[in-house]
Amino acid sequence: MSTSSITPNTSTSSPTAEPTMKSWNPQSMPTTNDKLSIRARDLNLWYGDFQALQDVNIDIRKGIITGLIGPSGCGKTTLLRCFNRINERYENVKTTGDIEILDKNIYDNDVATRQLRRRIGMVFQRPNPLPISIYDNVLFGANIHKTHKQLTRSERNDVVQQALEQVALWDTVKDKLKTRATTLTLEQQQKLCIARLIPLKPDVILMDEPCSALDAEGIEQVEGLIESLRDDYTVVIVTHNMAQARRATDECIFMLMGEIIEHSSTADMFLNPREEKTEMYIQGRYG
Amino acid sequence: MSKPDTNNPFAITVNEVRGRNVERLVRFITLGMTWALILPVFFILGFLLIKAWPALSVGFIFDNPEKNMTAGGIWGPLIGTFMLIIVSLLIAAPIGILAGVYLNEFARDNWFTRFINLAVVNLAGVPSIVHGLFGLGAFVYFFQMQRSLLAASCTVAVMTLPVIITSTKEALASVPQPFRVACWNMGASKWQTIRTIVLPNSISGILTGVILQVARAAGETAPILFTGAMISSRIADSGWAAMVPYGLEDRFMALSYHLYIISTQWQNVPESFKFGTAIVMIGLVIAVNSFSIGFRIYLRSRKKW
Repeated sequence: MSTSSITPNTSTSSPTAEPTMKSWNPQSMPTTNDKLSIRARDLNLWYGDFQALQDVNIDIRKGIITGLIGPSGCGKTTLLRCFNRINERYENVKTTGDIEILDKNIYDNDVATRQLRRRIGMVFQRPNPLPISIYDNVLFGANIHKTHKQLTRSERNDVVQQALEQVALWDTVKDKLKTRATTLTLEQQQKLCIARLIPLKPDVILMDEPCSALDAEGIEQVEGLIESLRDDYTVVIVTHNMAQARRATDECIFMLMGEIIEHSSTADMFLNPREEKTEMYIQGRYG
Repeated sequence: MSKPDTNNPFAITVNEVRGRNVERLVRFITLGMTWALILPVFFILGFLLIKAWPALSVGFIFDNPEKNMTAGGIWGPLIGTFMLIIVSLLIAAPIGILAGVYLNEFARDNWFTRFINLAVVNLAGVPSIVHGLFGLGAFVYFFQMQRSLLAASCTVAVMTLPVIITSTKEALASVPQPFRVACWNMGASKWQTIRTIVLPNSISGILTGVILQVARAAGETAPILFTGAMISSRIADSGWAAMVPYGLEDRFMALSYHLYIISTQWQNVPESFKFGTAIVMIGLVIAVNSFSIGFRIYLRSRKKW
């Protein structure tokens, strides 16, 4: 039995309820698509007695890149892990509240977490390709979900090629698809970690500081790759790097001590932050 | 030391000199203890080899004991111990490995898991003669296996399980956690993760641990003393019947028990036979260990990271 328990809170999911983020003005958003991808309501999370998330309410829009920023320990990674419910694999976690993804509350009883994780991909701080060949890495997700079982060998090869082309890795590795993925450079490994999500046709890609293990050139390449994922996928990036948040995101969410302080377009966040705490953090006064 | 050189800001002081001397002393003592550790090994092996020399021959290994063990060789006991190792492995490996997988991969940290772990640690400390008595009560009488190769193998398996479980857990724990996290986040179940990633990358360590433990335990006398070992049995001298002389329900000869008998219970056995038996026993354990180390090197070379 899982020790985490979910208490859906329906009182705030009424469509007429006033948005709780007063500081966020949707009209100022620079995007074309107004559909929501992720919608969290009154999300609270505890690790044992420690409350890591407090009354989190956010609306993350579809097809854009949203940054999660804030000092260490503010709950960014914890929030990210709620979106694919991977928190439940860690012990002693208790969650209350709702998260709707694609208009479905992912904490409902009829949600299969394995299907959820298939549709919500995750990329990590430290590239973690599996200790198998590059080819098998790309097809790993497809194999465990048996989605590509009927495909012929050449169709599988196409899937691998498309995924690697999308992350601009195909030309580098096409002649060594059978070598093990752990021999690649860190930046190639990170690209591969993104490529292996693509055959699963995810809707959302969550990234937990995807560039912090990379050098400047690697960062540039991976950021370019993330940029190219916009429109096809909803991307949520946790980052410690203010410059990166500014460069690579459309909207930013600033968190502090497990609470959402401010959610606005990246331009607004960095040029006219509404909250004093945000302004001080962005200026590097703390954190 | 002379008086401090005022021009040298990094000049050596009395403190450093003392530290350097202590360092030399510690190094000397630890090196001495290392020699104290390995010298007896060479001494024992050399002593055994010299004493056993007159008996050692191809016939000593491949012939059966004759004339009340005063002539012939030790093939019967040798193949008995070998079969004991194989059957014990077949029993202990699946149970120990699967239990280790549960404890390392599935078990949550609760009172039950802690209780099991405590039990495993304590079981590892139970003396082998107690295991022998347990085997007599449980397998020989309760499960009515009689005194047999099967009963003795079960006893050896039970005796080695705690250590096998511990070494399996260690081998599994050495697989980096990010591999598991990567699988889970793509929607893999725990079993899919274990089957496709964790086991293939830890199987070399697991098998080495299992083989080493069983080979060590099969060299002991106590667990087989009441459960299946016999002083002498007439087995074929050649052909298939000599290669696999004992059935699962037969009693069998074993090196450790044979050595005990010819050293303490039998008259007129040439001294070289006793030492020869000891040498062959050590040789068997070394051979099995070398096999498992070679096997590990082979699996490691195929390892994927």
